[in-house]
Amino acid sequence: MSSKDPLLDVSGLTKHFPIKGGFPIRRTVGAVQAVDGLDFTVAEGESLGLVGESGCGKSTTGRLITRLLEPTAGTISYRGQDITHATRKELAPVRSEIQMIFQDPYASLNPRQTVGKIITAPMEINDINPVGGREARVRELLETVGLNPEHYNRFPHEFSGGQRQRIGVARALALEPKLIVADEPVSALDVSIQAQVVNLLQKLQKELGIAFLFIAHDLAIVRHFSQRVAVMYLGKIVEIADREDLYGNPRHPYTRALLSAVPEATADDTPARERIRLVGDVPSPVNPPSGCRFRTRCWKATDKCASEAPPLVRVEGSREGHLTACHYPEDTQTVPAVPKARDASSGPKLDKTTEDPKAGA
Amino acid sequence: MSTPFLSVRDLRVHFSTEDGMVKAVDGLSFDIEKGKTLGIVGESGSGKSVTNLTILGLHHPDHTEIEGEILLDGQDLLAASERELERLRGNKMAMIFQDSLASLSPYHTIGRQIGETYRKHTGASKREARARAVEMLTKVGIPQPDLRVDDYPHQFSGGMRQRAMIAMALVCDPELLIADEPTTALDVTVQAQIMDLLKDLQQETGTSIIFITHDLGVIADIADDVLVMYGGRCVERGTKKEVLRAPQHPYTWGLLGSMPSLEGPVDVPLSPIPGSPPSLLNPPTGCRFHPRCTFTEQVGGKRCATDQPPLELTAGRGAACHLTAEQRAEFFTDFAGTRPN
Repeated sequence: MSSKDPLLDVSGLTKHFPIKGGFPIRRTVGAVQAVDGLDFTVAEGESLGLVGESGCGKSTTGRLITRLLEPTAGTISYRGQDITHATRKELAPVRSEIQMIFQDPYASLNPRQTVGKIITAPMEINDINPVGGREARVRELLETVGLNPEHYNRFPHEFSGGQRQRIGVARALALEPKLIVADEPVSALDVSIQAQVVNLLQKLQKELGIAFLFIAHDLAIVRHFSQRVAVMYLGKIVEIADREDLYGNPRHPYTRALLSAVPEATADDTPARERIRLVGDVPSPVNPPSGCRFRTRCWKATDKCASEAPPLVRVEGSREGHLTACHYPEDTQTVPAVPKARDASSGPKLDKTTEDPKAGA
Repeated sequence: MSTPFLSVRDLRVHFSTEDGMVKAVDGLSFDIEKGKTLGIVGESGSGKSVTNLTILGLHHPDHTEIEGEILLDGQDLLAASERELERLRGNKMAMIFQDSLASLSPYHTIGRQIGETYRKHTGASKREARARAVEMLTKVGIPQPDLRVDDYPHQFSGGMRQRAMIAMALVCDPELLIADEPTTALDVTVQAQIMDLLKDLQQETGTSIIFITHDLGVIADIADDVLVMYGGRCVERGTKKEVLRAPQHPYTWGLLGSMPSLEGPVDVPLSPIPGSPPSLLNPPTGCRFHPRCTFTEQVGGKRCATDQPPLELTAGRGAACHLTAEQRAEFFTDFAGTRPN
C-alpha cells in the first residue's frame, strides 16, 4: 500500500434503523435514516473532526466504522481492505488497529474490574504478550496517559471523571492502534478537565502518529484538535474541508449558522461573527425533507432545494478538498479569511432572524 | 436602584451525609438588582445549584443546615414559613431547570402544567388558565399554540420543552427568575434561540435573572454581572466586561485558558488547570484553589494553604486571592500574551 492511499476510505455509507409496528404481525413500517450516504477518507496520522447537532448521525457513523453496527449500504475500507461486511474472524486483526474512546467515562468502564484488568483485556482478547509482560505494559500505558502506575489495582470508582477518561484512553492505546474513533471524548467533563484530556489526545496524535475520527458537537474543540472537519446534518455531510477553510470560509449556510451560534467568551458587545438564528428544530430522520435536508431551516431555500438533493462537490471559489453540498453556497467574501474583524460597522449586515414560514411545527 | 432586589449575605449551606458534613456553600454573598442578569459560573460541585435551590427553599430541611441571610425585596426567605414560600414560589420567584424532560410531568398536558401555577396564585378558572397558557406559549414562540397546549411533553422537541418550561416559569410574571443551566442539554443553534428568547422576555418584563452555567461563552452572551464560584465560595465578582477582559483570580485565568476558541492559534496546547475540583466533604484549608494554583509560590510562605483569602469588593468588583494587585497585573499580562485578543 502506498503512503498516498487513505487509511480509512468510506463511501456511500448508509445506516437505516428499521421501525417495527403493527399488530398482530409486526412488520417494518419505516426507517430512521440515521446515516445516509457518507463519503470521506481519513489519512494516516490525520485527525478528521465530525461535528453536528444531536441526532445528525455522527455517533452512528463512529459505530459503523468500528463495526459495532452493521451498515445498511456503502463500503468501509481500511488500508484497502473492504471491511463493510467482514466476519468476526476477518475483522479480528483490523479491530485491534481501530479502537474507540467512548463519551461517558462512568458507563464505559466495568465497575467490578480493576484498572489493570480493564486495560489488559484488549491484550488478552488478541493474545498479545508484550516484552516484559502485560502488567509492565499496562503500567507504561498508565504513565503515558498521565496516571500513576501504582493505581494498577484500583477500581474505576476511585477515580474522577477526567481520570476515568484517561483510563479509557489507555485501554484504547493498549493495542497500538492506527485509528482511534473518539466519540465525544470530553463532553462529559468539566471545562478545566476537558483541556487536560484534549492536550493528552493531541500529544498522542503527534507522538504516536495515530489517526483520529474525532466526533464532537463543540466546534471550538474540533477546530483545536482536527486538521480536517466534516459538518453533518441529518445523516449527510453538508460540508467537509481543511480546518482553515471550514472555519475561515464556510460555504454551506448550515456551517455558517452553526458557527455563528457558538457563544464566545469575549466581553465585546458586538459579536465576532454576524448572527444567524436558525428557526425551528432539526426535522425527524424518519421522514427527512426531500431534496436538501437543511431546506426547512434555510433562509435561501427555493423550489430547487426541495426537488433536488445538492451533491457534495467543490463549489466555485473554494480551495481544493473543500466540498460543499449546497445549491446556493455562501459567498467567499462575506466572512474574512482571518476572522479578526470585530468592528460591527464593517461587513454586510444580514438580518436572517426573520421567520421562515416553512419552519417550526 | 439603591437597594438590591435580591440580597444574599454570608450564605452557608451544609448537608449532613453518612460520610460527614458536605460544605456545599461556604460564605457566599451577592446582590442582584431589578432587571439585571447575574451569571454564576463554576464547575460541577462548586455549589452553584445548591445556592439557588436554597433561595427557592427547595432543600431538604432535615439534612440541611443553613446560615446567613437571603432577602428578596426586603423579605427574609430563610425565616419565612413553608406557606409563605409557597406563595412566593412560582409567583414572585421561579426557576427553569436543566433537564426539561425530567422536570415536566409526563402524565399532564403542557397547558395544564402551565395553567396549574397560574390557577394556584391567581385563583383563575380552568378556562382562564388555559387561555393564559396559550398566551404564554405564543410568547415563547411555540407554533400553533392553541393546538400544542393540549400536547404532552413527549410530543415536544428538546428546544420546545425548554420553551414550555420558560413559559411555565414566567406565567405569573415573576420578578426573579433562576435559570439553572437551561441550555446545557441543547444544541448550539437551539441554545442561541433560547438565549435570545430569555433576553427578549427580560426586556419586556424587567425580570431579574440568575443564570447558572459552566460555559463562559454563554455568560458572555447573557450576563450583566458575573460571579465565579469554586469549592462553595465566590472567588471573583465583577461586571461581565471586568471579569472576561481583565480577570483577577488564577482560577478564572485557568478557565479561560482551558477553552479553545474559534479564533486564534490552533497548534498550541491548551493551558488546563492541573488536578481536579476539590471534594466538599473535606475541602482544602486556606484558599480552596491552592492545590491546583500555580501561583502559590509567588504569594510566599504557606499563606495560601493556611489563610483563607477574603473577597474584598470595591464597587462590586474583586477577587479572593492573596496575590497583590501588581503581581496580578504582571501574571495576567503574561497569561493574556498567550491568548488571542
